[in-house]
Amino acid sequence: MFDKTLAELAQGLERGDYSSTELTQAYLQRINMLDSQYNSFITVTEEQALAQAKAADEARAAGNSGALCGLPIAHKDLFCTQGVRTSSASKMLDNFISPYDATIVSRLKNAGTVTLGKLNMDEFAMGSSNESSFYGPARNPWNTDCVPGGSSGGSAAAVAARLTPAATGSDTGGSIRQPAALCGITGLKPTYGRVSRYGMIAFASSLDQAGPMAQTAEDCGMILNAMAGFDPMDSTSAERDMEDYTAELNKPLAGLKIGLPKEYFSAALDAGVAEQVRNAVAEFEKLGATVKEVSLPNTELSIPAYYIIAPAEASSNLSRFDGVRYGYRCDNPVDLEDLYKRSRGEGFGTEVKRRIMVGAYALSAGYYDAYYNKAQQIRRMIQQDFVAVLNDVDVIMGPTTPHPAFKLGEKSSDPVSMYMEDIFTLSLNLAGLPGISVPCGQTNGLPVGLQIIGSYFAESKLLNIAHQFQQATDWHKQIPAGVEV
Amino acid sequence: MSLDRSDVEQIAHLARLQIDAADIDSYSDSLNSILSLVDQMQATNTEGVEPLAHPLDAVQRLRADEVTETNQREALQAVAPATEEGLFLVPKVIE
Repeated sequence: MFDKTLAELAQGLERGDYSSTELTQAYLQRINMLDSQYNSFITVTEEQALAQAKAADEARAAGNSGALCGLPIAHKDLFCTQGVRTSSASKMLDNFISPYDATIVSRLKNAGTVTLGKLNMDEFAMGSSNESSFYGPARNPWNTDCVPGGSSGGSAAAVAARLTPAATGSDTGGSIRQPAALCGITGLKPTYGRVSRYGMIAFASSLDQAGPMAQTAEDCGMILNAMAGFDPMDSTSAERDMEDYTAELNKPLAGLKIGLPKEYFSAALDAGVAEQVRNAVAEFEKLGATVKEVSLPNTELSIPAYYIIAPAEASSNLSRFDGVRYGYRCDNPVDLEDLYKRSRGEGFGTEVKRRIMVGAYALSAGYYDAYYNKAQQIRRMIQQDFVAVLNDVDVIMGPTTPHPAFKLGEKSSDPVSMYMEDIFTLSLNLAGLPGISVPCGQTNGLPVGLQIIGSYFAESKLLNIAHQFQQATDWHKQIPAGVEV
Repeated sequence: MSLDRSDVEQIAHLARLQIDAADIDSYSDSLNSILSLVDQMQATNTEGVEPLAHPLDAVQRLRADEVTETNQREALQAVAPATEEGLFLVPKVIE
């Protein structure tokens, strides 16, 4: 049963094969039995889940059930959940019981979903390996010596191990797409502003975007239907009409124009990853697409620009953690400055402190023009490259990551080598564009992800393309050895 | 340019972060490697390029100046480290 997709489980509920309560109990039992291997959950919310399942069963009996009614999901632990610890995987918020729900949490709750718990991640979403979590790293179900990616590593690991049929994630520089690629699942980063940021613990506000992670594109569309939409509580929420993200899944791909950026297939790309991505592109040609080489000349500059903009915004956002209003407070502060400095010094982990310092430096007097302003100019150049290419082709395809999953500890002592893993994903956040990672093969027994990049608000098209690929291939159905379903 | 120990101490002070003296060298090393990474930007000519702050160049949305929130002081202060009579407690700042 645990190999079923969200869409298949929805049919089972509809037919009455099982109730939401039975489904929820089964997943809770599975998490309790197996998650010690993966450390993908920070908090399991058994009591609330069973109450939500009971309510969903009652709603269904009364004839009030929507597409997601009674389906279990889990949230990345940076989405505020009322009455439940929301830690952002930081000691700073280890004691934080959120007094309110994030907009996406309340929307998914209103749609009838059951929340199994809160998922592991890099501390404050800062990382590409899940190793910066205060609760220890989540592990990759394909090889538990390997990282699941990050920052939404717990979300990806939990879906890959079939501990939840779907999860929410957030993506500031690749944090949905990279772990989805490394764990062999599907993950969508929507256009900036499509999904509300309200109640999502902020990292870099001009880059942060929430999105769905699941086995299939169809499942991602079902969840996005509930997550997306204008929210007056988010000052950068896009004021656009809602759409049904599952409506165009079955459109044929004949005539689709795909661009392959030559910069994405450089020598730095792992040969096994390159081969699988090329095979995937060939599959699209069989489905009627045409392929041409394109150029995104400023691709390499996305790393330096991102690693100024994101830390700068983070240093500003994380100034709210002051040991006064909520979160960790140091013992026996002698004065206010000591309270601030020790609460922050003791409450934040190494990578978070590092990024706060990079940001504080980049924004300090005398350096603003050389760093922040320069990075924002490069950001526009990167965006203009994308816009020009997307005027010529329908979508851009390439690898989601330059390598498959790496070993725990392999890159944790060298932050710059870790940052390089984000080369193909960061640029979309800088430009605000949507992207989806789809399992497209394996190399040395580890999954490879194909990234599909579309124009602004082209989520339906991306889901359509990914779904058609998943109708023709079965990479998304592969289950890690050792994961019993 | 390269940051030394005193630069790192000054940045940590600006960011109100207590850093153990024993850790300053490792922060200084990693900050220097990050700064040499980001310095790749300096070789790019960006003259005349308008900085991009919002991907869709949106401007701040305004709303009517009306009360929309109800008072939730107790719920919001329930997670505070120290409160008294509805106020947040901090160490004495005025002698």
